[in-house]
Amino acid sequence: MSLHTLTVCQLRDKIRTGEVSSREATQSLLNRIASVDGKVKAYNWLNADNALAQADAAKKGGVLAGVPVAIKDVINVDGQPCTCASKILQGYVAPYDATVIRKLREAGAILVGRTNMDEFAMGSSTENSSWGTTCNPWDLTRIPGGSSGGSAAAVAADEAFAALGSDTGGSIRQPAALCGCVGLKPTYGRVSRYGLVAFASSLDQIGSFTKDVRDAALLLSVISGHDPMDSTSVPRPVPDYVAALERGVKGLRIGLPKEYFIPGMDREVEAAVRAAIAKLVSLGAEVVEISLPHTDYAVAVYYLIATAEASANLARFDGVRYGARVKGEDVIDTYGKTRGSGFGPEVKRRIILGTYALSAGYYDAYYLRAQKVRTLIRQDFEKAFAKCDVIVTPTTPEVAFKAGEKSGDPLKMYLSDIFTISVNLAGNCGVSIPCGFAHKLPIGLQIIGKAFDEETVLRTAYAYEQATAWHKERPVL
Amino acid sequence: MEYEAVIGLEVHVQLKTQSKMFCGCATAFGAEPNTLVCPVCLGYPGVLPVMNEEAVRKTILSGLMLGCEIARFSKWDRKNYFYPDMPKNYQISQYDLPLCIGGAVAIPGKKLGITRIHLEEDVAKSFHYETTSGVDFNRAGTPLMEIVSEPDMRTTEEAFAYLTALKEVLIGGGVSDCDMEKGQLRCDANVSVRPVGQKAFGEKIEIKNMNSISGVRRALAYEIQRQIAAAKRGEKMVQETRRWDDEAGVTSVMRTKEHAHDYRYFPEPDLMPVVVSEAWLAEIRSAVPELPEAKRKRFVEQYGLPEYDAEVLVADAAVAAYYEQAAAGSKNPKAISNWVMTELLGKFADNKIAPLQLAELVAAIDGGQISGKMAKDVFAEMFATGKGATVIIKEKGLVQVSDAGALEVLAEQAIAANPKSVADYRAGNASAINFLKGQVMKLSKGKANPQLVGEILARKLQA
Amino acid sequence: MPEDKGQFDVAYVAHLARLQLTDAEMTQFSSQLQNILSYVTKLNELDVSNVEPTAHAVPLTNVLRKDEARPSIDRERVLANAPETARDLFIMPKIVE
Repeated sequence: MSLHTLTVCQLRDKIRTGEVSSREATQSLLNRIASVDGKVKAYNWLNADNALAQADAAKKGGVLAGVPVAIKDVINVDGQPCTCASKILQGYVAPYDATVIRKLREAGAILVGRTNMDEFAMGSSTENSSWGTTCNPWDLTRIPGGSSGGSAAAVAADEAFAALGSDTGGSIRQPAALCGCVGLKPTYGRVSRYGLVAFASSLDQIGSFTKDVRDAALLLSVISGHDPMDSTSVPRPVPDYVAALERGVKGLRIGLPKEYFIPGMDREVEAAVRAAIAKLVSLGAEVVEISLPHTDYAVAVYYLIATAEASANLARFDGVRYGARVKGEDVIDTYGKTRGSGFGPEVKRRIILGTYALSAGYYDAYYLRAQKVRTLIRQDFEKAFAKCDVIVTPTTPEVAFKAGEKSGDPLKMYLSDIFTISVNLAGNCGVSIPCGFAHKLPIGLQIIGKAFDEETVLRTAYAYEQATAWHKERPVL
Repeated sequence: MEYEAVIGLEVHVQLKTQSKMFCGCATAFGAEPNTLVCPVCLGYPGVLPVMNEEAVRKTILSGLMLGCEIARFSKWDRKNYFYPDMPKNYQISQYDLPLCIGGAVAIPGKKLGITRIHLEEDVAKSFHYETTSGVDFNRAGTPLMEIVSEPDMRTTEEAFAYLTALKEVLIGGGVSDCDMEKGQLRCDANVSVRPVGQKAFGEKIEIKNMNSISGVRRALAYEIQRQIAAAKRGEKMVQETRRWDDEAGVTSVMRTKEHAHDYRYFPEPDLMPVVVSEAWLAEIRSAVPELPEAKRKRFVEQYGLPEYDAEVLVADAAVAAYYEQAAAGSKNPKAISNWVMTELLGKFADNKIAPLQLAELVAAIDGGQISGKMAKDVFAEMFATGKGATVIIKEKGLVQVSDAGALEVLAEQAIAANPKSVADYRAGNASAINFLKGQVMKLSKGKANPQLVGEILARKLQA
Repeated sequence: MPEDKGQFDVAYVAHLARLQLTDAEMTQFSSQLQNILSYVTKLNELDVSNVEPTAHAVPLTNVLRKDEARPSIDRERVLANAPETARDLFIMPKIVE
């Protein structure tokens, strides 16, 4: 067995007992990257020499002591580039650590490299990247999902033991589903956003990609917790997520929202999800039918709120203090040229949509109305969770599509996020775990929890994972 | 036709805090460029703001001092516009739910309404060269309070009085130093004119770039005259923003209404709302200092001072506090006021005299131990060394001679030596006695009690 | 919500956002965004007159920090990230409003 195929917990235990050194594990991982990343293209930037130095210096005794972790290219790491897969951040070197990075370092993790993504996390396919498209390890002609496609592909291809990503409307869960790994989006406020380059501030949350649920629980216990640098971070104690895994699902009420089992859904995907639910029932869970009646409005609400927030968040990329600049005749011309050529088409499209939704005369009709419907969507979840403990749905209506298939039609692309978006609007937590294959491509099962109830989500996922072997499947590269 | 001006002021005040509004960088004037910066106030990718409690507190304190209603629920918004001095290209400000609503600034004989006070972050400072501009972000993120007045002012003088009174309140409350030279207080104005008697407002013109109190005065005077002249020519004003050119002494168009900003305000997702509890409000209320107006009134009543004295003493909170301590230990508060106003003002910072020592000095004069002239010397030494009045009087042997017998002898000597003055006095020239008095003082080496000398001379000359 | 679909002025909005677009982008975005805007009009189906807007996903208030100054970041590091500097300042083409 090669070291790079290990899970985080397996590797950590081997390092602890002295069976394996962090350097050996890191070298094994770098070898794996060298041999397959030419095909997958998951990484934008590798920290090869420094990673080995970090491995040699790795702190003993930390929860992740000596374990290499990959970071989505949207989270600041002191001394490393942070491009957000955008030309506009060319040359930028982060002078500070994101809070999650500080926590990873304190736990002894090795920061091995930066993974590809859709530019500024805007996209569902990792095709909108200035670095080029990442490929789905299960079928290199297909997309890995997005926006955290590089992190998902890296974990699925054993090019990372674990990776961090960010999820604004499904950017962790959707690529995890399409690449066949575990993707966890924690509750809004659970993990500090300090150092995560903002796309939509009221929706963004950092989470993890791992090979199994135990690793997801371990990583969450490392990266979560209150941060005085993030005013939206919630001061709640961090439970022992790993310890909570073993509690099983006996008597657990699983809500099935009727709006998520829609006509037009891939029949094999639906069948796999139904089989997964049956498996959970066989393990002692109960099924309750619930309704999330405003689901159909989620995409519209999301694209108004997310783009409006993004239009302001991305205003700072102006070529004054950092990044690339295209010089114009005067200040306004310089701004226009810098931003016009520095951003890719999807980012520009969203900035324009968001700017428009906030502009004089349209605010009430677009942005304010969207915020009000967001309240209705949040209330849907509150009502549903009065009847159930978790909600189970497919993560995506279909498996990974072909590169280029949807890039001409932004609206069609947006609609592929239909099952993941509401969770961000409501602020709840959710995980996607492998639950089978359709057309030889992975299918994701989404388990949604109440706010700050990651424990129940993870234990449901763990119970299912223990009873199945889907998570052990690996693509042949 | 007679015209009158309608003036409203928007005053920006930098709050006196240790750190910036949303990050821990120090607030200081005159530091090396770009040394008081961090990823947050430079608008780096990924950073987040966290509110400075003291800035919120000082804004609420200002609101209480100015009689505003304090909003129990207040929130933050992003104001979007591109400018190189704005690190994020949006400013965190408060749009529809500011911290303070209403209130007024009292000027002699009138109350000038305040619309609102909100808190925001200051922008960076730009320097302009031939073909480029340079930006120093040290100032970016300094807590900035914006005080918007009602259009209640009718003359340049009223606007000046408003600014003076506002500064006095804010300095008195320790909210800001309000130094315009350092940019701690900045002012924009909205000016319009209308025929006297007309209710409706004229089209308002915004004036920017007035960098000193005198600049405000001159700019308003110019702008009012400009608008009245235009109105008399039958020209209609169009809403616009004009820039004051202090050197040329004129205003000129900066941008017209068509080019007005579309700020796209929306709630700041990175900051949570501010909820002011009863307890917090009570705590801040207990820190509200006595307002200058009330203090002046009290000084007149409590210490029997003329209005003029009260005004001079109250103008500086530290001087007023010193005065009160000295007056508390004295039977002659007016004399204390005279000493403070004539001898201490202007060099107050170097003063070494404890307030009760000043009271002791006044008591020594009033008790006849030393003369007023001696007292000046004693004061000078007290000021320089901080020694007590009685100590210095003793050290210098400065005890006044009030022994009538001794003074009678000296008076006889003076009368005998100056027959001409004696004759003048007896011929009806009353002031001739002053010369004789001076002679007695000289003979006593300045130690004679002048009052007593006068009495003795008068008695002897009449004999 | 405005139904008059002819009104979407990409050039105006692009200028507000300081994005210089090519003519091709202008045309493409115009039709794509028109499409998205007509999709979002589905929000008009709902009566939201008595609904409070959601601005934050968590109900926190008064998240404040003590007024304490902390050391700033090394100037050389931040100037090194800038496209153009001089006299320890960030340089831009001359600002004229």
